[in-house]
Amino acid sequence: MSTRTVEFDDIQGLLRFGYKHQTQASFLLLQVKEREAARAWLASVPVSSAITADPPPDTALQLALSRDGLQALGVADDIVNAFSPEFVSGLGRDASQSRRLGDVGANAPEHWQWGAGQRVPHVLVMLYALPGRLAAFQQAVEAQVASAFDILLRLPTSDMDGIEPFGFVDGISQPRLDWERTRAVRDQEQAAYDNLSCLGEYLLGYPNEYGGFTDRPLLDPQRDPQALLPRAEDRPAEADLGRNGSYLVLRQLRQDVHGFWQFVNAQVGGDAAQRERLAAAMVGRTRQGVPVVTSNGDADAGKDLNAFDYQADTQGVRCPLGAHVRRANPRNADLPSGGPGLVSWLKRTLGFDAQARERDRVASTRFHRMLRRGREYGAAVSIDQALSGTGSASDTGLHFICLGASLARQFEFVQSAWLASTRFDGLRNESDPLLGTREPTADGSPTNEFSMPQPGGPDRRVCGLPQFVTVLGGAYFFLPGIRALRYLASTRSQGSP
Amino acid sequence: MLVAPLAAGREASLRALLVTMNATPGTADPCNAVLPFAAIERLHFARLVVLDDALQVDLDTLGIPRPRLPTVLSFMGDCDGPAHEVLAELVQRAGEGLRRIFAHCEGFGAETDVLAWMQAHDRPIAASYVNWVGRTVRQIKEESALQRVLSASVSRAPVNSAEQARALHAGLRDLVNGEVRAGRLRLTPPEPTPLAWQVAKIAHLLAVPLVGLLALPFLIVLSPLLVYLLRTRESSDPEICPRPQASALAELQVLEDIDVSNQYTAIGAVKPGLFRRWLVSALLVLIDYACRHVFTCGFLARVQTIHFARWVFIDDKTRVVFTSNYDGSHQGYMDDFINKVAWGLNLVFSNGVGWPRTRWLILGGARIEQDFKRYQRRHQVPTQVWYKAYPGLSLHDLTRNQRIREGLENTQMSDAQTLAWLRLL
Repeated sequence: MSTRTVEFDDIQGLLRFGYKHQTQASFLLLQVKEREAARAWLASVPVSSAITADPPPDTALQLALSRDGLQALGVADDIVNAFSPEFVSGLGRDASQSRRLGDVGANAPEHWQWGAGQRVPHVLVMLYALPGRLAAFQQAVEAQVASAFDILLRLPTSDMDGIEPFGFVDGISQPRLDWERTRAVRDQEQAAYDNLSCLGEYLLGYPNEYGGFTDRPLLDPQRDPQALLPRAEDRPAEADLGRNGSYLVLRQLRQDVHGFWQFVNAQVGGDAAQRERLAAAMVGRTRQGVPVVTSNGDADAGKDLNAFDYQADTQGVRCPLGAHVRRANPRNADLPSGGPGLVSWLKRTLGFDAQARERDRVASTRFHRMLRRGREYGAAVSIDQALSGTGSASDTGLHFICLGASLARQFEFVQSAWLASTRFDGLRNESDPLLGTREPTADGSPTNEFSMPQPGGPDRRVCGLPQFVTVLGGAYFFLPGIRALRYLASTRSQGSP
Repeated sequence: MLVAPLAAGREASLRALLVTMNATPGTADPCNAVLPFAAIERLHFARLVVLDDALQVDLDTLGIPRPRLPTVLSFMGDCDGPAHEVLAELVQRAGEGLRRIFAHCEGFGAETDVLAWMQAHDRPIAASYVNWVGRTVRQIKEESALQRVLSASVSRAPVNSAEQARALHAGLRDLVNGEVRAGRLRLTPPEPTPLAWQVAKIAHLLAVPLVGLLALPFLIVLSPLLVYLLRTRESSDPEICPRPQASALAELQVLEDIDVSNQYTAIGAVKPGLFRRWLVSALLVLIDYACRHVFTCGFLARVQTIHFARWVFIDDKTRVVFTSNYDGSHQGYMDDFINKVAWGLNLVFSNGVGWPRTRWLILGGARIEQDFKRYQRRHQVPTQVWYKAYPGLSLHDLTRNQRIREGLENTQMSDAQTLAWLRLL
């Protein structure tokens, strides 16, 4: 298998850029009204690619389709069903999935403002613009789509200067994509946590960390007579509809900023310094983004805030095991570290190293990374406002967006096995301190605690955490390569093989 | 494991009966009217599964004849002490319910002696794994209650000195002694291991290597041939890993993630030919040996989340049933399999029809992530009734609670040990 160069002109820019210059953004959720008109628009709409532009463009449009969207466009069933099973079944339709993801109680799909029932979006249009340019851009795009689509919902965003509504710097931990394809394509144990990640973890049609490929439709080239689609890298006789595309998860998360700070404040009796410390312990970073595992909260100016792991803090004394960022990215290697030599390796591999076993409850983080592209919405609330119960009464939160080549192994795994799990890394009676639903388990055990191991004695425990984050909607999308988008918009994608 | 063919036309009625035993889909009501599992104090886990021969269709792709196999009911449990005693207790307490279930099986009539019939339908276990040999249900429940009391009463203020830690320990000992005296806590001393069991274990410990030693010269002489046989098969055995039906997947998922533990039942055909048949038999003997003598306290290689697992041959060794009880989500379980013990899975399961391609018996195979995940889901069978004696408790809890009790009863701990013990609470 020869290593092909990366086709930046075919990849949507969002996979490579966060569009951080384009601080204004708005997401449109569309439903197809007129199929032919919808196809015509999708066939020609200018979608920004991953080619770098200097100066940055005034505006950028990115586009993704849900399963319902593919069906509404008339894409053949066998093509739709060749996407990954999670994409095909979608989000919020299956009670088993909701239970797994923690979409229960107040998060249950029956309460969603969109994404369930009749309110499943077909097309997600993401508009990004330099300051002051969004309104006209959005107006123009809405005019273009008016005859073909119904606008189900507009999701406006707010520029909070890289700080999420609770007040913490966000988006620091991101995988680094191997755009140069220097990482060997083979299945090999990684002895250390590394932020560099194979393209195939995020882009369909490229080899991933296992050296394999995840689910996407591969077509007989006869179904693509104009040769719009690239050939599959692993099966050159077939056209790859997934190549240069990705799966995209969008979830609207409402954040109760008042509730969060008032709860934390009450726990520490109103002491400002302790309040900061407790909030940082729950998040795993200070509000400035400094990982609590590396500091006691002092601002470490100029340090790489993403270059750390938890190897020196296996007990969670400096950063609690259940802290939000530790759950979301435990930063461990494939095998716990140990002495050099084959004997040590064998002992750890066969499980005979008791110390290694203690650190082995969570492993192989590299298979569970996500590219995060979310944007905040609503009005920012300061801590003082939150504590005094003032500030905007309107909703504020995050439009969580992540990209990955496997919905099951990335988003769903991290959400269920790590964030929502009440047993992450051997913990009990707690789930994610920010995202947890606090619903008791089936046997009646509470999940509304948060434990902080101490150097001596039993953990300190905070009890009675209320729910701070509520899911208001969500959907799975396919973010196609640009050529794949044109193919899907053509009539060729219709009909039987 | 009990395996009994269903009587003609009785499957639907059996499935309907099994559903009545459940509190939530697939999870037994511990006090259900048919088999009140909770009344059997020594029972850890139990399950009832209907196994059909749908996957035998894979034999067609190999071009070998497909024998029609009857649909069978399988009943199995994991218990403390000799299985025949627990079975007898089950018959005594729930004989009527057992009769209602087995009345759906071939050859079971109104006059049949349930116990004798069950014993006659028992299949030998090829290999079985127990997370912690000797940890009883009673111990698990008593230690869980102990942990709750201690965690609720311990002071969570920082401990600054060894004296303080020792004082905390002593105070908690007094508290527990008081609770025990008041009858609110029970800490039954462990029962001594029966002599016969120990003798059998030592005999097994010695016998298997002895047989291996006798076979060794032959294996060495034959090794070039065996390697040749293995490698030619590995390069040509077909892989059969289509995506499972969405509806079949949904049927499995509806049973999962209700408790902190989940069940897994899978079935598959052994690859045709004597080579694979002998290879998988020998490997299961070795795995059983390792589980019995090596992996007896808390881990099976790197995996620490399996309570019980077993492999059973059925249909004259042409099929294998694998069952396990594990902690966490299915996705997490599979990722552990791939990332931690793919080599171990390959050893056994690469002898199954359609397994993703292996190299040298341990490489590849389960590491081919997508094929492996499809394969294992396609071979999984819904477990109609599943019982766990201690809902809400994970293996991590069980081991921690055990350490809590050991530390509580130990008055000779060093300062460092006392601090580590307090951290468990």
